[in-house]
Amino acid sequence: MTDKAEASNPDLVTIEVDGVEMEAPKGAMIIEVTDKNRVHVPRFCYHRKLSIAANCRMCLVDVEKAPKPLPACATPVADGMKISTRSERALKAQKGVMEFLLINHPLDCPICDQGGECELQDLALGYGRGVSRFTERKRVVKDENLGPLIATEMTRCIHCTRCVRFLDEVAGQRELGGMGRGEHTEISTLVGLGVHSEMSGNVIDLCPVGALTSRPYRFTARAWEMLSHPGVAPHDCVGSNVEVHHVHGRIKRVVPRDNDELNECWISDRDRFAYEGVYSDDRLQRPRIKRDGRWQDCSWEDALEAAAQGLMQAVEQGGGEQLGALVSPSATVEEQYLLGKLLRALGSRNVDARLRTADFSDQQTRGAFPGLGVSVADIESLNAVLLVGSYPRAEQPIVNHRLRKAALQGAAISSLNPRRYDFNYPVAEHMLAGPDAMIGRLAAVASVLLEAEGRDAPAGFEALLGDAQADDQAHAVATALRDGDRSAVFLGPLTEAHPRGAALRALAGLVAELSGAALGYLSEGANSAGAWLTGAVPHRQAGGESESVPGLDARTMLEQPRSAYVLLGVEPEMDCWNGDSALAALNQARTVVAITSYVTPAMENYADVLLPMGAFGETSGTYVNAEGLWQSFPGIASPVGEARPAWKVLRVLGNVLQLDGFEQQSSEDVLAEVQALQPAEYASADATDWQGVTHATADEELVRVGLLPLYGIDPLVRRAGALQRTRQGQDRSLRVSEATAQQLQLGEEVQVHQGQFSATLPVLVDDGLADGVVWMPAGIQETAGAGPALGPVDLRAI
Amino acid sequence: MSAASDFVRTFFLTELLRGLKLTGRNLFKRKVTIQYPEERAPQSPRFRGRHALRRYPNGEERCIACKLCEAVCPALAITIESEPRDDGQRRTTRYDIDLFKCIYCGFCEESCPVDSIVETRVFEYHMEEREERVVNKQQLLAFGDEYEKQLAADRAMDAPYR
Repeated sequence: MTDKAEASNPDLVTIEVDGVEMEAPKGAMIIEVTDKNRVHVPRFCYHRKLSIAANCRMCLVDVEKAPKPLPACATPVADGMKISTRSERALKAQKGVMEFLLINHPLDCPICDQGGECELQDLALGYGRGVSRFTERKRVVKDENLGPLIATEMTRCIHCTRCVRFLDEVAGQRELGGMGRGEHTEISTLVGLGVHSEMSGNVIDLCPVGALTSRPYRFTARAWEMLSHPGVAPHDCVGSNVEVHHVHGRIKRVVPRDNDELNECWISDRDRFAYEGVYSDDRLQRPRIKRDGRWQDCSWEDALEAAAQGLMQAVEQGGGEQLGALVSPSATVEEQYLLGKLLRALGSRNVDARLRTADFSDQQTRGAFPGLGVSVADIESLNAVLLVGSYPRAEQPIVNHRLRKAALQGAAISSLNPRRYDFNYPVAEHMLAGPDAMIGRLAAVASVLLEAEGRDAPAGFEALLGDAQADDQAHAVATALRDGDRSAVFLGPLTEAHPRGAALRALAGLVAELSGAALGYLSEGANSAGAWLTGAVPHRQAGGESESVPGLDARTMLEQPRSAYVLLGVEPEMDCWNGDSALAALNQARTVVAITSYVTPAMENYADVLLPMGAFGETSGTYVNAEGLWQSFPGIASPVGEARPAWKVLRVLGNVLQLDGFEQQSSEDVLAEVQALQPAEYASADATDWQGVTHATADEELVRVGLLPLYGIDPLVRRAGALQRTRQGQDRSLRVSEATAQQLQLGEEVQVHQGQFSATLPVLVDDGLADGVVWMPAGIQETAGAGPALGPVDLRAI
Repeated sequence: MSAASDFVRTFFLTELLRGLKLTGRNLFKRKVTIQYPEERAPQSPRFRGRHALRRYPNGEERCIACKLCEAVCPALAITIESEPRDDGQRRTTRYDIDLFKCIYCGFCEESCPVDSIVETRVFEYHMEEREERVVNKQQLLAFGDEYEKQLAADRAMDAPYR
């Protein structure tokens, strides 16, 4: 843009900072302009993603003709403004503020975890006095317990209120507040309730001093001794960007890496604290073989030889069809691709990462991968959203944050779920329905839209609609989706686990098509999309091309037991849709090769060869997020014990099996090989196929809804000590509705039966549950080996 | 002229006598050689010898694992690992100094905010195995206990100048 054009732009003003002319949009604050032009103005309370508080006064600058120095963070620019950030008056004001801030700040930098990366420490160097003039007593503030994630030292607090504003504005849960005035100001929990937000860890980064620090990281390292490498969070389909800090090959902490397209400058607590699981006690340290029913440590050569022998035997005896492979949806692209390649080379297509999917009848007509339909950043500009079987707050906290932004701007966000979830934003319509009724409710929305568009219902639609009537809620949701010019229907993990998920998907597709909304999947794991593109699903080759004859899917290969299994990063008793059938199938198998980071008692029971693989941070690789964005990251920490990155294990296993095409030298080689197979453009949306959609009314009275809880979604998180000690991590009870509890006369505990599985679990009565729903989370030790995630369950009062 | 004086000098061995004069003078002068180890040279209270970790008078170790000494050490001779102690205080779980790497510059002592790591006056020590060059926290603390009296006196003497 030329100078003239700029000058003529009515939205821009010209200001002068330290004698340099700058263009600034009207209404911008001085500090935004100086930051953009890399002029440093000291600050504590200002943060670009939070509201302006202007309470630290550190950013006072000298504005010409103003009687006093003005705070740069709260002073809007005006045309012709002359600002000086380093004039005598500005510096005097800044130094004065700093002296006041330091009055009550303790001199305990040597034992403070913030030491070395402290904003107060840094600015005190530039603006502080060498010697304090304050001889009176410093104040002491009592600490509060903010839970197992955040350590506090409130005497150090300088009352910038960033944490207060973050929890209020971003996390959406007002859990901290400023009490008292003047010298008696204290930041504290509102009524001693603690901080429980799923994004609470971000206050650690926000705190400019050492008042709020990370509890798991406490006192274990110093900012200056750590190396930092970029990583990608392995827990949800967003692919949040992180920095992994490590010393001597050991991960010390994980902090967010700015990426405005994905996670902005936040990450969820799960992404931040899950690294603790890398160093859990049950890490598999070296390869092991089971000989005559006893486990023996052995060399990698022997273990790989034994694994190859077991697999070859199964193939020779029963053909390739006798092989099955289950791969974690959070395994990297390289691992998934090599495992798919290995299985196919052995004559089997039975490889699947969709461990928690129940209904595969529509798999051939689905798109190239379960994508989001919109970009993560665009979620916040949607104006109508329907969440079907999805609770992003626990499943993809960053998506929830974007949805919250949209909701606060007026978007109508509705939920169709079997539970009235605790959304942290206003929800337009809570459509509460049990798994079976969800189909009818979604069909009701579709029927309103069909009527509005004047289109005929597709064949079989009436059966799906069932008894459901187009009630007010259906009308409201349909109208919102139709009226919104940017609307979306998101399908969550519950729709995958739904035994008639195809019907839900087809209906959601119809709703999206009729209302002009985007259709998106909030898939499980960090790399579900990658699994579809790398051939780690039985019906697609690497690159997304359909298999002419699909192999067995994850559910079928467990229900029709195979003679040999390969497991990659999976704990089938917790990760599979039906833990009961998984255990049965694995226990009867002749050979089970488990490539795993952790060893569980169940695994020792069914496995024959255990191969230790690198966990988060120890493996280089690539994740494809729900947008279809490929993000690679390096191996950072040294693997524990003799563990090796799983792609190397698979590559060498391919060599031992004397298969072709296993000559890659690095994970980049593997990635290049996968990427060469990708088409220029993916088949975009799902084709709505009504043939496969049938409706069978279930006659069960009680149906279990067994989703993975916030801190139980993968083996790594399950072992992260601090996360498990949080309120969400401790919540392991079975929930039933009031009516169910009364009908069965349930006490405090209940006996649960599902297939071979039975257990005694604590019961909570939850009036937010649809009738007949038994909320019984998967992914926790108590329900390991339970039957179908969505299926009949038997409760008996004790 | 010069030939004549040269002849006289050569004939009367004047150089030799002059040399003998110097020898004779020093023969009766006060001796500077010290009969180590029976005799010792005086040491400054700032002498930088072998390291020690000090304790407070109540027996509590001083070191708080701030790792400033590790950061300042130009020879990278110090290795520290830390974690919260049972009572929640910040403490080291490992404090190793590699005496082969150490150049005895005294920066660690200078950087210490709690006067924990110090260099004693001990300069005569040996080791029989290579591995012994790395002294650990227990050894350093024991060494500090042994020399605490002198260490405290030395620090007190130096206090006005610090």
